[in-house]
Amino acid sequence: MAKKLMKGCEAIAEAAIQAGCRYFFGYPITPQNDIPEYMAARMPKVGGCFLQAESEVAAINMVYGAAGAGARVMTSSSSPGVSLKQEGISYIAGAELPCVICNMMRGGPGLGSIQPSQGDYFQATKGGGHGDYHMIVLAPSSVQEAVDLMHNAFDLADQYRTPVMLLADGIIGQMMEPVEFHEFEQKQLPNKDWAATGWKGDRPRNIINSLYIEVDELQEMNDRLQARYDEITEKEVMVEKYNTEGAEIIVCAYGTVARICKSAIALCAEKGVKVGLVRPITIWPFPAKELREVMAQDSVKKEITVEISAGQMHEDVCLAIAGKKPCTFYGKPGSYTPTTEEIAEFIMKVREA
Amino acid sequence: MLWTNIFAGFGGQGVLLIGQLLAYAGMYEGKNVSWLPSYGPEMRGGTANCSVVVSDEPVASPCISMANCVIAMNRPSLDKFEANVLPGGKLFINSSIIDKKATRTDIDVYYVPCNEIADALGNPKVGNMAMLGAYLEATKAVEVQSVLDALLYKLGEKKAHLIPLNREAIEKGAESIRK
Repeated sequence: MAKKLMKGCEAIAEAAIQAGCRYFFGYPITPQNDIPEYMAARMPKVGGCFLQAESEVAAINMVYGAAGAGARVMTSSSSPGVSLKQEGISYIAGAELPCVICNMMRGGPGLGSIQPSQGDYFQATKGGGHGDYHMIVLAPSSVQEAVDLMHNAFDLADQYRTPVMLLADGIIGQMMEPVEFHEFEQKQLPNKDWAATGWKGDRPRNIINSLYIEVDELQEMNDRLQARYDEITEKEVMVEKYNTEGAEIIVCAYGTVARICKSAIALCAEKGVKVGLVRPITIWPFPAKELREVMAQDSVKKEITVEISAGQMHEDVCLAIAGKKPCTFYGKPGSYTPTTEEIAEFIMKVREA
Repeated sequence: MLWTNIFAGFGGQGVLLIGQLLAYAGMYEGKNVSWLPSYGPEMRGGTANCSVVVSDEPVASPCISMANCVIAMNRPSLDKFEANVLPGGKLFINSSIIDKKATRTDIDVYYVPCNEIADALGNPKVGNMAMLGAYLEATKAVEVQSVLDALLYKLGEKKAHLIPLNREAIEKGAESIRK
């Protein structure tokens, strides 16, 4: 199929539709408005439903309902809007329902800015809402990867009955890059025999619920979730290792920042310094084992994490490396996207230190 | 081959469009491309700009701080981005409305009278295409025909009659920087 030049947001929306998403509930916020805009135009043409809710809270609860009925459903928002959705996401996780949530991160905290950010890493990977739950969190670094991951997102959600988040910085949403929509292999997924689709007396009633009054019952649900998270951690980690073999310094970054790091790595190579990149594609589950393996090489002396945050992923990096080698952070909270030259300069400085 | 470009001007000058046309043209020629607009509050009022990368290799960073080429369509863009041209790079200045000369001496500077060219063609809207013509002449980053193909895609068949005018603007822009 011929490549198309598409804006990230529009490509993500199209990919969701091609992945079988037929329900979209959302509320406007920059920089992800092109997603609902595209969905509003496209959903009716594929027999789906686009609905602009009265608020983010309403939108996520509509997602809860549609997911409970077994539909492929998604919502999208940007940081402050995703905060509003947290209660609903916790309920969806508790009710063990599949759905996809897209967060085009902008600067925070509070209303912050409309510029790109990576400040929602903690929120996305550590829970965000209340209770012991996780989402699978996918972090694309190009428009094509966002498209490809969108299909994964719906399949993973259905397979593990869990909310899945596509977490991208605003750049991914606003940038145009060539994309190709591949035919995707139809995965064998479990039947949604738990879905509340209307009881006709031919099966036990399906009840969608996240309330377990009895301690034992709540324990059982939590054990089930934790077992599932263990399985996900074992099977679903995705990571890109770039130039890591024999590298002297390893940079860890995700999303657009990882690409800026690649350009910085090229600048360092011009100075004869070999720098590698470990780019988590799933930021939950975090590729701790893969990072450890790369860091275990004798050639590797130091690690540098680069983020548009105060160092949120850096905590997971440090946990993974467990003090075996020095780890340093470069980045600023808010919306400042570091430049190629700044990163390269920092790498050289850390190397000399 | 790697072209990193910053196209800058004020809203309405068509800087985002010529950046996009370059990205489309590169894609049509099988190259790797990215187009990243600045989408901040500065889009409403001050400068509008976009970073465009055209490359044989996969595009690493789409965020361009130091560029091979800077295209400045108005004075604030020149003030803001002159320092962002890589040594040995190219700076394109819309000399119709920028009365200042470039201060850098380590780069190639091209003065393109975009507005005069457009006015002479009877349509002030094609000043951006004159600039794109000069850019293509100096860089040969993509073929003019690929840009025209991209423009036809953007305009649609209903506005296909505007293609000759745009082609002429591109040619005049190219001519303006030939010695």
